[in-house]
Amino acid sequence: MSEQQNEQTRAEWPLYEVFVRSKRGLNHVHVGSLHAPDGQLALRHARDVYTRRNEGVSIWVVRSSEIVASSPEEKDPMFAPSGDKIYRHPTFYDIPADVPHM
Amino acid sequence: MSQATTTPSADALQELFDATVASNQRIEPRDWMPEGYRKTLVRQVAQHAHSEIIGMQPEGAWIGRAPSLRRKAILLAKVQDEAGHGLYLYSACETLGVSRDELTRLLLAGKQKYSSIFNYPALSYSDVGTIGWLVDGAAICNQVPLCRTSYGPYGRAMIRICKEESFHQRQGFELLMTMMRGTDEQRAMVQESVNRFWWPALMMFGPPDDDSPNSAQSMAWGIKRHSNDELRQRFVDMSVPQAEALGVTFPDPELRWNEQRGHYDFGTPDWDEFWQVVTGDGPCNAQRLAHRQRTYDEGVWVREAASAFAEKSRNENQERASG
Repeated sequence: MSEQQNEQTRAEWPLYEVFVRSKRGLNHVHVGSLHAPDGQLALRHARDVYTRRNEGVSIWVVRSSEIVASSPEEKDPMFAPSGDKIYRHPTFYDIPADVPHM
Repeated sequence: MSQATTTPSADALQELFDATVASNQRIEPRDWMPEGYRKTLVRQVAQHAHSEIIGMQPEGAWIGRAPSLRRKAILLAKVQDEAGHGLYLYSACETLGVSRDELTRLLLAGKQKYSSIFNYPALSYSDVGTIGWLVDGAAICNQVPLCRTSYGPYGRAMIRICKEESFHQRQGFELLMTMMRGTDEQRAMVQESVNRFWWPALMMFGPPDDDSPNSAQSMAWGIKRHSNDELRQRFVDMSVPQAEALGVTFPDPELRWNEQRGHYDFGTPDWDEFWQVVTGDGPCNAQRLAHRQRTYDEGVWVREAASAFAEKSRNENQERASG
């Protein structure tokens, strides 16, 4: 393979988003991204880049192109359904202060 | 990712951006942002990422010559951290719509800069200590406020980096303390190293405020939180008592405590030298880029092998699935 072809192969390495569970009982949290030729190598790279000091007990990687996200411009309409339902919060309900364990 | 279905007016977008920055909230990758803000961030984050990667060289050269297994393990871990820091920052920079390959290409073509401090050589082993103490110390001064920078991914990368940077500074200081407890020759080596690095370390904060044309806009955008001179002063004030504890002096006859200001006065760095190094004429500029180019070229087979292995695994999986 010529060097130019190699670099073309390299340019095709997709971007992976990395999620790390810092300890048992906690959610995986997004920590950053990296490039790798496939998921297995992305995991190995993620270990070296994002968990050099015992930051994790489990890693997820996912192709960035596979993530479906809400659009920031649609912020208001997207989240409007939860905005006007104050009865979903416990503070909506008046309970006498002397009722225990409520 | 899916695109917006509604397109608000340009004014509304600018207003939302301004309000977000003004209320100290973070701008995130898919938010609308002014083109100047994006360009400034790409320049700054790329410069920062390149600095971490090029910054592996002066100390990396000492790994094979470290005086003990303990020191070698520490130095290896430190240089590996620098690589990691570079990757956190490249990852942040890519969220602004530039590709990793493009960033590497711009560095190798000399079109994006890295911190001038890495264009100075590490001549003696004590430089490993001095770089940790003063160079990483100055970097920490610069980086701690950047944890609150207005661009989310950059701030998050800085938080990770700052957590790790403290080890860098402490191992350097401890190395120097050990040498200061040694022979006269070792003490002289430390002092000579400090003499060479003090002024370049002060220059790491960039040109004086009245000669730093982009600073005001960067502060207005919340990218920078403090001016160059402010951070430089903070670094001098921090470093003097550390030098006293170590038993070394800084090569500045004007350095003295100013009771009135509550700060140390200090001399003026040689800004001609600074600009000379920035524009490519420092002691190691050519060597650093040539080395980076060489390692990039020599890494071709690794990248090729990784791609080939991934391809092979994909084929095997497909065969298994169809068989």
